[in-house]
Amino acid sequence: MAVDPLIELHGVNKWYGDLHVLQNIDLTVGKGEVVVVVGPSGSGKSTLCRTINRLETIQSGAIRLDGRPLPEEGRALARLRADVGMVFQSFNLFAHKTVLQNVSLAPVKVRGRRRDQADTRSMELLDRVGLASHVSKYPAQLSGGQQQRVAIARALAMDPKALLFDEPTSALDPEMINEVLEVMRRLARDGMTMVVVTHEMGFARASANRVVFMADGRLVEDRTPEEFFTNPRSDRAKDFLSKILKH
Amino acid sequence: MNVLTDNISVFAEGFLGTVELTVYSSLLALALGFVMASFRVAPVRSLRVFGTAWVAVLRNTPLTLLFFAVLLGLPRFGLVLPFTVFAVLALGCYTSAFICEALRSGINTVPTGQGEAARSLGMSFGQTLSHVVLPQAFRTVIPPVGSILIALAKNSAIAGAFSVTELLGTYRTLSELGYNIVWTFLWIAVGYLVVTGVISAVFNVLERRWGIAR
Repeated sequence: MAVDPLIELHGVNKWYGDLHVLQNIDLTVGKGEVVVVVGPSGSGKSTLCRTINRLETIQSGAIRLDGRPLPEEGRALARLRADVGMVFQSFNLFAHKTVLQNVSLAPVKVRGRRRDQADTRSMELLDRVGLASHVSKYPAQLSGGQQQRVAIARALAMDPKALLFDEPTSALDPEMINEVLEVMRRLARDGMTMVVVTHEMGFARASANRVVFMADGRLVEDRTPEEFFTNPRSDRAKDFLSKILKH
Repeated sequence: MNVLTDNISVFAEGFLGTVELTVYSSLLALALGFVMASFRVAPVRSLRVFGTAWVAVLRNTPLTLLFFAVLLGLPRFGLVLPFTVFAVLALGCYTSAFICEALRSGINTVPTGQGEAARSLGMSFGQTLSHVVLPQAFRTVIPPVGSILIALAKNSAIAGAFSVTELLGTYRTLSELGYNIVWTFLWIAVGYLVVTGVISAVFNVLERRWGIAR
């Protein structure tokens, strides 16, 4: 991999009490790369995703973003988070704000943009995810798939360097998964740097540059999707794939 | 019966005293309670400790004792203020502990994901609290905060024992003048009902007004 590294994790360890949830994780994500993290539940993949913008703290190791170490707390951390978008499993749209306000809030408050300019840009983004006609609704009035697309637009409104997806389709009804994946596929094609924790193997196969397989807090495999799906090296991965691909 | 009409100015003075105490103490309690609730959920440990200590001390001290401490204690340290100001301080600080806890319970009803989403967008702690968490917490804390302010209005009667002009204290003047104590107390009770009734009405309006936002 010759591209510039954007996200670098070196020897990252995290414990929840006695539980060693992240064990010596080394991972590098280059600019424009799409890395899909898969693995059985409880393997630490969501935690891994959340450490990258420090929603979870780590006990040892180093995380660097665009060459700079992750700040501890305060303003510097906030500034860094502004550059790394995050999409959550449960959407987490601001329940008391309309769709448009959800997307424009951070550009206005964090980036200091003028409201009308932020709104214009938000409208563009909402149009891109196919929700231009729902801008004045509240999140509770939208379907899960629509909410998640608003959440993606909200993350994009900050012009992030990278996007983290923490199981973005796991809380969706089956018929809504595709509309969200379609937006993600387009982002991947457009060269967005993405770390995606998901169970959608079709997305991994089609859009990922690399697939990272995690089990029991360890990073077991880190390979191209083609290699991983046709010829997994570890028994753990073989077992995992046999369980999820055989139906 | 004619105790009211004969002494309308005494009642009016007392009533205004109670209203004044209630309004200023409420504003102080809301402001301090807001600050303390922010402290109690802040990412900085020393702030959390301060907020917790504030609530523990003020919520667990009898209000009368607090009045003694403020009115007799502070002047010993050279702080001499009008008694009404001391009374507002005592009432406001005492009530702020309860407001703080009501606000904090409201903050706890907001799902953690809301705060995480705000932080992941680069909002500071203060922005997350003021733009995302508190507006949603606000709705759920309207009824308890209303109750706390009603309790404050009634607690202001204690100030009368420390020679602050307020509604309950008027009974002393009137009973010295030989009026029937029952009628005097009845009209005093009506006075308190007016104050607490207004507070209830205001909070009912707030509840209806902000209930739509979801």
